[in-house]
Amino acid sequence: MSALLQRGTRPAAAPPAPAGRGRRAPTGGTGRRKRENLAAYGFLAPWFVGLALITAGPLLASLYFSFTDYNLIGDYDFVGLANYERMFEDERLHSSLRVTFVYVFVSVPLQLALALALAMVLDRGVRGLALYRSVYYLPSLLGGSVAVAILWRQVFGAEGLVNQVLAVFGIQGEGWVSHPDYALSTLIVLNVWTFGAPMVIFLAGLRQIPAMYYEAAAVDGAGPLHRFWHITVPMLTPIIFFNLVLQIINAFQTFTQAFIVSGGTGGPSDSTLFYTLYLYQRGFGAFDMGYASAMAWLLLMIIGGFTAVNFLASKFWVFYGD
Amino acid sequence: MATDTRLPARSRGTGERNERIRRLLTHIGLIGFGLIMLYPLLWMLSSSFKPTAEIFREPGLIPWNFTPENYSEGWTALQYPFHHYLLNSAIVVGGSIIGNLIGCSMAAYAFARLEFRGKRLFFAVMLATIMLPIHVVIVPQYILFAELDWINTFYPVIVPKLLATDGFFIFLMVQFIRGLPRDLDEAARIDGCGHVRIFLRIILPLSMPALATTAIFTFIWTWNDFFSQLIFLTRPDMYTVPVALRTFVDSSSQTSWGPLFAMSVVALGPVFGFFLAGQRYLVKGIATTGIK
Repeated sequence: MSALLQRGTRPAAAPPAPAGRGRRAPTGGTGRRKRENLAAYGFLAPWFVGLALITAGPLLASLYFSFTDYNLIGDYDFVGLANYERMFEDERLHSSLRVTFVYVFVSVPLQLALALALAMVLDRGVRGLALYRSVYYLPSLLGGSVAVAILWRQVFGAEGLVNQVLAVFGIQGEGWVSHPDYALSTLIVLNVWTFGAPMVIFLAGLRQIPAMYYEAAAVDGAGPLHRFWHITVPMLTPIIFFNLVLQIINAFQTFTQAFIVSGGTGGPSDSTLFYTLYLYQRGFGAFDMGYASAMAWLLLMIIGGFTAVNFLASKFWVFYGD
Repeated sequence: MATDTRLPARSRGTGERNERIRRLLTHIGLIGFGLIMLYPLLWMLSSSFKPTAEIFREPGLIPWNFTPENYSEGWTALQYPFHHYLLNSAIVVGGSIIGNLIGCSMAAYAFARLEFRGKRLFFAVMLATIMLPIHVVIVPQYILFAELDWINTFYPVIVPKLLATDGFFIFLMVQFIRGLPRDLDEAARIDGCGHVRIFLRIILPLSMPALATTAIFTFIWTWNDFFSQLIFLTRPDMYTVPVALRTFVDSSSQTSWGPLFAMSVVALGPVFGFFLAGQRYLVKGIATTGIK
């Protein structure tokens, strides 16, 4: 991974910084070191304030709120584990978990498979690579916007673009976004549509695989499939892993698309009630902030858990060449 | 190019014709797939110039009955004219860009160039905050901003940027600054320059590419950001473009899809513009850090 990270940022002329130079010997005595300490904390001052008030502070605060019953007006009533116990009986919470899990575990693999396939085609020295890359990347930039979600609502509506096209072939389509069995699929399609960002990362990774591996395999008479499984995939596992972790974390946090397509309800029949959407409804619709905080911590646990499992499992399938 | 040598040995003898046909087919496939991907966007653009009834009948791209009326109608369909929301979004985005550039570059300089107590720990904490979902901290943030009477002001969406809470950009800049040669700052230090001057006169000017990437990504993400703006900006005169669009879609019946599409196109326009202008930085930025 680090090779990839550096490749992108380092200006061509800059020599690699000598290792170990960061830990400088105390040439200027303790006075200089003290000054440097002070300067560093000065430069970091905004970040420290942000950490206390915007990120780490609220993180801990929400843990505390999750043990209270708070609705913005009254007091913080300490209720112990009541919010967490409520989760066990909350049917809508269960259904939101189901919806979110299906979304994550269907859309992320499809998205990454498409991204890898396209990256491999583009990596074969296609002319106009930059143009193709830009075109395929564009949906990644727009996919999270309200405007595209509005478009999706029309495209998969009863009289939307998809059904108009189907009608040309004499097929009468459903109102996809208003049918409980299909509404989630339209959002999965939307996520797969934004495969461009992982594709660009795959492309950068494919460039790092030395051509001589392929040459050697070709001399040995290995077919394309063989080369894919025994050279491309193993060499690319760090990138696959990286994309996987990132896209799973992203997918768990999907909100805008479901909110717009369902008009904020998560309907029809809660079929697009994503976890974050339900959290929003509890916290900022019902101002049930204690419960919303408990939900936030469950989300953190789930995402943290999956990321941890991913890292543990990576030992068995991710191959770091050096 | 090295990639050409990856062809299997057996295809070498079969002549260039097969190879040319294969390339042609690849291009046809890539163009076809690209068109399918972009079709909904192109169709929305074209539909924004069609009478609304046609949007639900005409899957083609050509607006036969061309009309700009959707735009004039959409512009005034909500409580405030649409440029009011565009202006609000511009303020939020502009403030966020300035905030990120200042806050994140300062933190990045400390992490990349200075030695101080707790550096490793703080750096790890900073990396961890990149992964922190906003949903986990939004409730306490809301309570804090409500106490400060900041709800329905732009502060809750801008001030956090100034406080360098977007760890992603700190990371991006740290990576970049680490790649800059140290000789210049050493020389400046010998000449008696303090850290502030080294930062302002040497590091910042050399970091322009990283700053540009930060500005472009901040623009696109903040322009598209919906969740925090939906929560902190609830009064119609404070609506930004995404929040305004949301009320538009909620209030509209089937008859106003034309104006709705028109305003969606207006909303996507700036992102598309920045994408065209900043492609180089964007592609480099994702390849570097891997976030869309």
